[in-house]
Amino acid sequence: MSRGPAALAWRRLRGNRVALAAAVLFALIVAFCLAAPLWSSGVAGTGPNEPHTVEKIVVDGQEREVVSPDGTPIGPVWLGASGKFFLGADGRLGRDEMVRLMYGGRTSLIVGLSAALLATLLAVAAALLAGYYRGKVDAAIARGLDLAWSFPVLLLGIALGSALAVGGLKLGPVEIESGSLLLPILIIGLAYTPYVARPLRGEVLALREQEFVEAAVSQGTGPARLMLRELLPNLWSTIVVFFTLVAAQSLLLEAALSFVGIGVQAPDPSWGAMISSGFALIYTSPLLTVLPGLMILLTVLSLNVLGDALRDALDPRSQAQLEIHTGSYEPELEVAAP
Amino acid sequence: MSAPLLSVRDLRVGFGTEEGLVQAVGGVGFDLAPGEVLAIVGESGSGKSVTARALIGLTRAAGARVEGSVRLRGEELAGRGEAELQRVRGGEIAMVFQDPMTSFNPVSRIGTQIAEAIRAHEPEVGKGTARERTIELLGSVGIPDPGARVDSYPHELSGGMRQRAMIAMALAPGPSVLIADEPTTALDVTIQGQILRLLEDLNRERGLATILITHDLGVVAEVANRVLVMYAGRVVEQGDVDEIFYDPQHPYTWGLLGSLPRIDRPRPRRLPQIGGAPPAPISPPPGCGFHPRCPHQFGKCTQLPPLQARLEGAPEHLDRCWLDPEEKRAKRQVEGRIGLEAPSR
Amino acid sequence: MTRFVLKRLAGMALVLFAVSVIVFLIFNVIPNSDPAQRMAGKNATPQLVEAITEEWGFDEPLPVQYAKTMKLIFTGGLVSYSDGTDVDERILEGIPATLSLAIGAAVIWVVLGIAFGYLAAVRAGRFTDRALTVLATIGISMPVFWLGAVLLYFLTYEVELFPNGGYVPLTEDPLDWAYHLVLPWVTVAALYVGLYSRALRANMLDAMHADHVEAARAKGLPEGQVMRRHVLRNSLIPTVTLFGLDFGAAVGGSALLTETIFSLHGVGQYAIESTLGLDLPPIMGVTLYAAFFVVLFNALVDIAYAYLDPRVRLGSSAP
Repeated sequence: MSRGPAALAWRRLRGNRVALAAAVLFALIVAFCLAAPLWSSGVAGTGPNEPHTVEKIVVDGQEREVVSPDGTPIGPVWLGASGKFFLGADGRLGRDEMVRLMYGGRTSLIVGLSAALLATLLAVAAALLAGYYRGKVDAAIARGLDLAWSFPVLLLGIALGSALAVGGLKLGPVEIESGSLLLPILIIGLAYTPYVARPLRGEVLALREQEFVEAAVSQGTGPARLMLRELLPNLWSTIVVFFTLVAAQSLLLEAALSFVGIGVQAPDPSWGAMISSGFALIYTSPLLTVLPGLMILLTVLSLNVLGDALRDALDPRSQAQLEIHTGSYEPELEVAAP
Repeated sequence: MSAPLLSVRDLRVGFGTEEGLVQAVGGVGFDLAPGEVLAIVGESGSGKSVTARALIGLTRAAGARVEGSVRLRGEELAGRGEAELQRVRGGEIAMVFQDPMTSFNPVSRIGTQIAEAIRAHEPEVGKGTARERTIELLGSVGIPDPGARVDSYPHELSGGMRQRAMIAMALAPGPSVLIADEPTTALDVTIQGQILRLLEDLNRERGLATILITHDLGVVAEVANRVLVMYAGRVVEQGDVDEIFYDPQHPYTWGLLGSLPRIDRPRPRRLPQIGGAPPAPISPPPGCGFHPRCPHQFGKCTQLPPLQARLEGAPEHLDRCWLDPEEKRAKRQVEGRIGLEAPSR
Repeated sequence: MTRFVLKRLAGMALVLFAVSVIVFLIFNVIPNSDPAQRMAGKNATPQLVEAITEEWGFDEPLPVQYAKTMKLIFTGGLVSYSDGTDVDERILEGIPATLSLAIGAAVIWVVLGIAFGYLAAVRAGRFTDRALTVLATIGISMPVFWLGAVLLYFLTYEVELFPNGGYVPLTEDPLDWAYHLVLPWVTVAALYVGLYSRALRANMLDAMHADHVEAARAKGLPEGQVMRRHVLRNSLIPTVTLFGLDFGAAVGGSALLTETIFSLHGVGQYAIESTLGLDLPPIMGVTLYAAFFVVLFNALVDIAYAYLDPRVRLGSSAP
């Protein structure tokens, strides 16, 4: 009759309407971004980086300039030009804001999620090594994590980003070019590794003390098997929760770095960079600043809500789940007959 | 006989969980007079701790459904508001918990925590007076150098000292009923005796009525006047301590007594156990809760036996078993002593 | 206790050394471009590049480079080659604004964070809790710089409620100083109020199920007293650790983008301007400056923690 913890967690999650809404929202945003090529070729007829500075389009029968002579881009046209410039143009270059929003989302999501994946992988490795070997290895790793944590994340990102901006990275055999998306992924992933590694390390250390691990060690199980077969399976819930939360943080960091110009580089569009170019025109076209930021807010919000819901669902001691079921219980009649 | 101090009738506690309603306590009743020690015995999950907490309304925090009657000096406590219950808690009915290390706030001095108990019930008492009384209390429970100890943090005291301090904290507001939930379980065997002695002395000196919750029959034999045996949320046997030990009427009690190692007998080849395990609270067996594990169960056991006195001349000795007294007397003899033979499977 | 403090401060020195090595690695070792060119920035002339190579030791082995770089930094020799200004002078100029922003925001976020977290915890599951949790989650999901930009647009332009950015020194005009800082304070605090209220709520919900809380109720204490004296107090201790790090970072200029959006010209904005121009020496300087404060506050927090939690201070001495 008792269910496994994963099944129980899944059931709790399914019953959590807010979490479901967040999951749907995230799925919609991903779909929105994936639809970029379709919209771009099928509806807007333009790419994310194509300028239309001196062009004119027909809106509801009237001819209008994409970018007016004083540099003001056209506002949202909605369906007035059968989908072209649906959200207007993005500034002096007159690029299609809607198309850029979709492609920008793709880039931001790719960078954010990959960085989160990288951070999680590095964190799991660090935590397993520290927890298994304990002693000096653990001390060294813990010191390393503390050290990385001594830098405010944004500043660390900026330091790395600006230092690597011109020529890219060269560390031994690893070489990454300066315009590659791998660079911001690496920077953000490294910056957030301590965020995931610290709680994981704590858990591995606690697990390590438990008897089933001692038993495995005494049976002669090798380190790799122990880490992968005994320790790792018990970490999944923490890993899943923290991956979601760090993905949210990574998206925010990517936006900040791109805002300053050292995250995702032109010509790749990114929501953060869009806020930056929009900010220059904030008084004439506030929408250009508001829209990309709103997208970031919605994406990060859905990830945070999901992460919270996962944490609640996977917590075995979740007291918040206790509820009175009224009306479904019939008191048992005591037969007090002789 | 004077009216009982505490009178409980048909106390029931249910918890709603994701899997359905769990009836943790199903119909407990007893009376308690000043100076008496009532022991509630049972294994983990029998409902004994929940019963104790329900008496002072502590199960409210966990979202439980409590029914039944609890009368203190004739006045009904069930259904009273929080403010009323706060007056009763500590002031009339006090509780000593199992683990004194976790029951004290680790970042607060024990003197502060005891004084807090005093001033919660006597707000007019000033800090100085409260501190003096605290020191006095610590001394009366046998803590040496109480004037210095009053400023200690919980982790600075040894296990036995902590438990004494906890007893002092429970007695600080001057209650008439003391509930001790497994007061010696977390302690070394050598300290256990001291604490029991302390409880006995206090009981006598202050005319307290004590409810002692335990799974340890040795403790029961030492200090209890009356015993309540609980299993799967119900009382299965109830009566005078001598009656329970020398003339037990319920197979579960036989099993408990039988599993006690005895110094006056040769060592058994295997330590006797009660086969099987307690039922999962979410799916109780029909009728008698114990019958799936009982070697003497028969057809009628799927109907719940009422808790009643079945022995002539012992109207206070109640039990919940369909077997009649002669059958019981016969079946409980295993290898020359009281016990429960293994199920014939 | 004094021994603990001394040990902790000594540890701090070690960490700062390690931090300096990392900064050195980031700026001088791992990038794949000519270091002297990188440092020279926009106005790189061959003579300048040569001079820099000499000064920083780029043609010498790494340990010598490190020594020369550290010497430059700690003798105030760090110079921005793009505009010829002294890095440490510019940092000093920016400190008042950064400090004003950090302290004001910290006051707001501590007060509101604790208030909201406490309320949400004691009314867990009810409307107040849900509403506060929603607000807090939105607070931590917004890009801070975007919030600043939106506030700037709506509250200084659409409706001219606040000044359009800029910093007025406290000594000049306290009221004007505060007036200019209101929006930046709100922008910075929004994120932290969200974080702190969520953290406190979680800690309190955990603490509420502790045994000693049940014991406190069993003593007959009113629920409010139980919450304040036995749940909140215990839950605030980990919050102190968090605060130390965040405040340290804020003093170090972590609110860089807010400073930039509101033109406060603090240390953070200096870093951003240098980033836009890829002017590396100032970024190095600010990074070290910020890390110093984080490490310092980390040590202070450890000491405060030892003071607050008697178990750490006195050691578990029970037999």
